[in-house]
Amino acid sequence: MSGATLLKESGPKEVFCGLTSIVWLHRRMPDAFFLVVGSRTCAHLIQSAAGVMIFAEPRFGTAILEERDLAGLADAHDELNRVVKNLLARRPEIKTLFLVGSCPSEVIKIDLSRVAENLNIELKGQVTVLNYSGSGIETTFTQGEDGALKALIPLMPKSDQKKLLLVGTLANAVEDRLISIFNRLGIDNVESFPPRQSTELPSIGPETKVLLTQPYLTDTARELKNKGAEIIEAPFPLGVTGSTLWIQAAANSFGIDKSIIDSILNPLISRAKKALEPHVEKLSGKKLFLLPESQLEIPLARFLSNECGMEIVEIGTPYLNRDLMKAEIDLLPPDCRIVEGQHVEKQLDRVRDSSPDLVVCGMGLANPLEAEGISTKWSIEMVFSPIHGIDQASDLAELFSRPLRRHDILNPTKTLTSN
Amino acid sequence: MELTLWTYEGPPHIGAMRIATSMKKLHYVLHAPQGDTYADLLFTMIERRGSRPPVTYTTFQARDLGGDTAELVKGHIKEAVDRFNPEALLVGESCTAELIQDQPGSLAKGMGFDIPIVSLELPAYSKKENWGGSETFYQIVRTLLKDHSKELKQTWQEEKRRPRVNLLGPTLLGFRCRDDVLEIQKLLGQYGIDVNVVAPLGASPADILRIPNADVNVCLYPEIAESTCIWLERNLNIPFTTTVPLGVGATQDFLKELHKVLEMEIPQSVNESNNSKLTWYSNSVDSNYLTGKRVFIFGDGTHALAAARIANEELGFKVVGLGTYSREMARKVRPAAKALGLEALITNDYLEVEDAIKETSPELVLGTQMERHSAKRLGIPCAVISTPMHVQDVPARYSPQMGWEGANVIFDDWVHPLMMGLEEHLIGMFKHDFEFVDGHQSHLGHLGGKGNQNTNKEAIKTNLQDSVITDGDPIWTHEGEKELSKIPFFVRGKVRRNTENYARQAGCREINEETLYDAKAHYKA
Repeated sequence: MSGATLLKESGPKEVFCGLTSIVWLHRRMPDAFFLVVGSRTCAHLIQSAAGVMIFAEPRFGTAILEERDLAGLADAHDELNRVVKNLLARRPEIKTLFLVGSCPSEVIKIDLSRVAENLNIELKGQVTVLNYSGSGIETTFTQGEDGALKALIPLMPKSDQKKLLLVGTLANAVEDRLISIFNRLGIDNVESFPPRQSTELPSIGPETKVLLTQPYLTDTARELKNKGAEIIEAPFPLGVTGSTLWIQAAANSFGIDKSIIDSILNPLISRAKKALEPHVEKLSGKKLFLLPESQLEIPLARFLSNECGMEIVEIGTPYLNRDLMKAEIDLLPPDCRIVEGQHVEKQLDRVRDSSPDLVVCGMGLANPLEAEGISTKWSIEMVFSPIHGIDQASDLAELFSRPLRRHDILNPTKTLTSN
Repeated sequence: MELTLWTYEGPPHIGAMRIATSMKKLHYVLHAPQGDTYADLLFTMIERRGSRPPVTYTTFQARDLGGDTAELVKGHIKEAVDRFNPEALLVGESCTAELIQDQPGSLAKGMGFDIPIVSLELPAYSKKENWGGSETFYQIVRTLLKDHSKELKQTWQEEKRRPRVNLLGPTLLGFRCRDDVLEIQKLLGQYGIDVNVVAPLGASPADILRIPNADVNVCLYPEIAESTCIWLERNLNIPFTTTVPLGVGATQDFLKELHKVLEMEIPQSVNESNNSKLTWYSNSVDSNYLTGKRVFIFGDGTHALAAARIANEELGFKVVGLGTYSREMARKVRPAAKALGLEALITNDYLEVEDAIKETSPELVLGTQMERHSAKRLGIPCAVISTPMHVQDVPARYSPQMGWEGANVIFDDWVHPLMMGLEEHLIGMFKHDFEFVDGHQSHLGHLGGKGNQNTNKEAIKTNLQDSVITDGDPIWTHEGEKELSKIPFFVRGKVRRNTENYARQAGCREINEETLYDAKAHYKA
């Protein structure tokens, strides 16, 4: 491991809970529906988190617990049964229904797995009912996807075919692009998880090699391993280097000849590096502070420091999986400070003290920092934007150079001021 | 258990946050798990504020539940008081914390701070946002003023000064509250009335202590301030006004009521028609075409009630639906609807509202952001008149709803989505010109364009809630469709629905050219 300093911090946090991942999962699997079993707060949360970005025809909803549901748990199960049947009667096109646990449903111990089991028996295959927790007492932001994928794994059919499985939600265009590169390398059998239709689950077995596309899939990776799959160790496909190493790792494990790998990737690499240049010019030497939110912070910091020349002040991450992150941490510049967890007030004090040029943060904190004269980038954009892969490296860099360019245009004489 | 895809109000602690964030030098410790911090973005993104809400979340986690969450709460309270040094502290809990029963309010009170501590009990599983806001404001005022003596104060006449009033109820995330306050201050200034305290918006706890210095309370937003006004009247003998100055007539009535309570003579100028442009604009010839436009109204109680009056009395619309999601306001909305010959729709289910819109086929919807989506699906113009807030409802320009200028803004906001006289007339005259073939309609044409009619219909069909298209429905013949396509796009949707209704009533299985004219005659008759 490199000389990164790993610290832990606890205190008040400012991070989305796992329910928020519904906002991208429901777009990935249009035949699925996400029913949060929770409170009015949960309903308000997904409405607000989704509503400020897009208004989609929702494939998510909330079964709001009311006073009488708290009184008797047996009744809560019956009530949930009723609500689900109502929903399915109105939305017969739903093929997979996720019952998503929340803080209140966890605290009062509504057994969603039992409700799901009973419903599956009753509905006889008309729809598959699954459950996972997106509660804020258990999960942060992207961990919701981890939970949803983990819930799907038991349904994956068995297979002895040799294949590459890309795991983690990607933008469709990026996914198509990555698959075509693997095909060119000679890896023909490439599937993805989650699939674009919840019912078309990829099969899995001892000959399945798993390449994680997202760093937050701790439980999913473990479960896939338990199913016999092999997890390919690699950095994550962000930036030219990360994506190259990621593709190479897969190619190596499929025994592809180095000369073939080079002949296919080298042109992509040199083109991507050229496209990066204007952004590197803007980003180089600028100070970056990453607040914890998406668990993408470490790969992002690695890319922005190694390939864009940014100076990393601190990398906040809500949760640090040292195994999955090992390859990433090894690539970080020495003496990088990684802080797991958060005390939001103290961390913001450190932000102000270090006067960074750019802060990567959650939605609630962005405008207050902008008002203090600090440019920001929303973490959530990284889970919505097509940023993975060699070809996307300059688009990824552009997400960070844009706020700096804007700052320069709008404040030609001013550097940093607080108000 | 209630199934919802969209909710008009957040939970009650969001109401409390609206009060805390509206005020200054106040801090709110909220016992809540990590995810509840999403609420910050309501203020920093939707309202685009440059500072974080003054809220410390305890962010307890599952692993804390086995241990001593009470100690965790105390730690956060101490840290918040040390760091933010507030004049008063609010302590409360969100839905999850309510279940673990730590009673953070009493914990805080036992910690020996020398600032007032307001303990909030906001039942998350039975109450909602506006109730939470109202209760929080009431508890703050009550806690800070409970020892204030009820002694008989001198009137403004006796003290030989200008009369003073408080403006109560405006909050952040309230519909155009920021501008309403400015407009009402300006209005009162014109009539020689001073504003003593505005609360909660912009008030500190010290300002709350100055509330008793006013002669009258102006209850601007009953959802938030009514219970506080009632308490202040009972306990400190401060009377309050009940008319909300939304629209020309209501602004006049408000000024009359206020003058009466203050025992001032009502100036002649109150009744002058040139105070607002709305009066002349709706008398101008263009507005002929507004007469009798069928309008459906839904929103919070205050804005829905005001909209009904303005629509009916000041613009000459026909109100065909009136409702609110504020159950607390149902008592006022029901008789207002009855006076218009309607039954009020009191619901927090937007699907029910959408059905009611469909049923009444209005030409304009005045609603919330959700009705804007429903109206769009149905191809009906819509103006937003009420919370819940969307970033669009926080415009950069000055855009009040109250007072004379508010009436001007309302005229523009409501009428722009509609076709005005000259424009409607010209479209009627030139509809056969080649510029007007389908696909080249104006920017107003929700139903414009060849594809759109179909897309709209598709949208209605695929919409989960929709049950309009059933097997027993009449079928349009080719001739029927052809004749329908000759009808101007902006009334085509209504004609389609009317004709289908007629056909159903008349038992027609098919709609042809003749059925269309039969239906036309039927509805005109």
